[in-house]
Amino acid sequence: MKKPDRNRRLALLTHLALIALVVVLAFPVYYALVTSTLSFREAYQYPPKLLPGGEFWHNIHEAWVRAKFARLFFNSTVISLSVALVKIILSLLAAFAYTHFRFRGAGLLFALSMITQMLPLPVRILPTYQLMADFHWINTYYALTVPFFASTTGILLFRQFFLTVPRELSDAARVDGAGPMRYFWQILVPLSRTNIAALFVIEFIFMWSQYLWPLIVTNTADMRVVQIGLKMLIASEQIAPEWNVIMAGTVIAMVPPLLVLVLLRKSFAQGIAMQSEK
Amino acid sequence: MIEERFPGHPILPYLLVLPSLLVIFVFLIVPFAESVWGSFFVSSFFGSKTVFVGLSNYLELFTSPDYLHSVVVTLLFSSFVVLVGLSASLGIAMLLNQKIGGLGIYQIALVWTYSISPAVAGTIWALLFAPATGLVPWLVSLVAPGYTLNWMTNGPLALFVVSLAATWKMLGYNIVFFLAGLQNIPDELTDAARVDGAGPWLTFRYITLPMLSPTTTFLLFMNMLYAFFQVFGLIDIMTQGGPGDATNLLVYNLYRDAFIHLDSGRANAQSVIIFIVIALAAMLQLRAATRKAVYAR
Repeated sequence: MKKPDRNRRLALLTHLALIALVVVLAFPVYYALVTSTLSFREAYQYPPKLLPGGEFWHNIHEAWVRAKFARLFFNSTVISLSVALVKIILSLLAAFAYTHFRFRGAGLLFALSMITQMLPLPVRILPTYQLMADFHWINTYYALTVPFFASTTGILLFRQFFLTVPRELSDAARVDGAGPMRYFWQILVPLSRTNIAALFVIEFIFMWSQYLWPLIVTNTADMRVVQIGLKMLIASEQIAPEWNVIMAGTVIAMVPPLLVLVLLRKSFAQGIAMQSEK
Repeated sequence: MIEERFPGHPILPYLLVLPSLLVIFVFLIVPFAESVWGSFFVSSFFGSKTVFVGLSNYLELFTSPDYLHSVVVTLLFSSFVVLVGLSASLGIAMLLNQKIGGLGIYQIALVWTYSISPAVAGTIWALLFAPATGLVPWLVSLVAPGYTLNWMTNGPLALFVVSLAATWKMLGYNIVFFLAGLQNIPDELTDAARVDGAGPWLTFRYITLPMLSPTTTFLLFMNMLYAFFQVFGLIDIMTQGGPGDATNLLVYNLYRDAFIHLDSGRANAQSVIIFIVIALAAMLQLRAATRKAVYAR
């Protein structure tokens, strides 16, 4: 056995290392936050300022107005929420079928639903774009949401969880005369709360971060999303970027996904843990 | 083997999987098939005339110095993101797994970067490295007076900066999964190794790493997908592929050919090449994932 003294010193060192890592990894965001509180002149001062100034709300207002962030924010929120919710429902339904029923072709269909992971947007970008044009979906919420509705991650996550639900539950429901869908909505879905929350975090953040697809399927300012708004803020100032305003826009873009992650962090961590258990 | 839990519902399971499969079929499989088909033709995608050219789009790509350069840039970028990103996050996750208390706080303090989008990461790192005004060029000028660090004119430096930014953004995600994987390793295993006289390195090499291999292969695949595609926003905000074409990743090159140069045959061929790379990686991941059975008991 090692001496407790040595163990304590080791623990202290580990704490120090972790704190240093937290500081280093968070620093870029801290610096962005500080910059978002400076005036234009302060943002260009040498040496660079490392403590916040007093212009935060002014810059937020500037970014909000200049890049029409209200509209972008609304669009991003609608898109991320609706895709996350629909993905959750479709994955729940599919996972229910794959775990509770034996049907012809189940293996093949399951393999097909796993394929989404191998067909990300870039391997089908032009024809998918063409499809949107054929559907007259360019510059609509349909184009920004519907092609994202299927989720490999979701089906896998729920499938894994459903397999652990004891058979006695469904048997009892059946004995009580409940049909499969009643069992699904009243027992299985409420039991899946943690996984639903975890998937919500993953998919909300995923959709909020989308950039390439919104860039190509929208062409007017009022259909843009927050991520593209950042580009607009930067591109509008070629010579001397107004970093204070750009960083205010960045802060706006960071808040919703961060909020979702922080609020649902417990479920998120449990969901991830379950996923990596297998 | 799946047990039938609700006998007597022959149609229901098909109805349940229908919505997902419909989306996959209409928006993924059919367009992908069209990509493959379109890669054998030359035309402007919106034009009416198409000419069958066989494999010549592919031949053209593989003899084009620009495309080959883009391949090299992508390989450099993605190996940096994957290797540096995974080893750093594994190291951090192992520190977190030391059972020293405060895990919850550290977890949230490290994991929140997961919520940052590639475009936001790109914006922040563009600020840090802003030529003449940014923090990093200023620090460099303190250390090396007279030298101006300008990544907007220095190709290799630009590639390094976008690689750093992309790696940083992914750390939170990787740490979550590694930590979950580490916590699933039974303590008895590492304890037994220690009792048998294995030092930390041997324990890591022969217990931790093999037990972690399902997580690692999963993360390898996800990080590869990330480095290949999801960084588009980061590149578009930071460099637009420049300076010159120093950061012209395959996905950026594809975007340009498809939507700026409107060269559909060439774009479709690039899509197919990218698919082949993913399919190979997915097969490797699958092989590694099935091998895990050996360690699973």
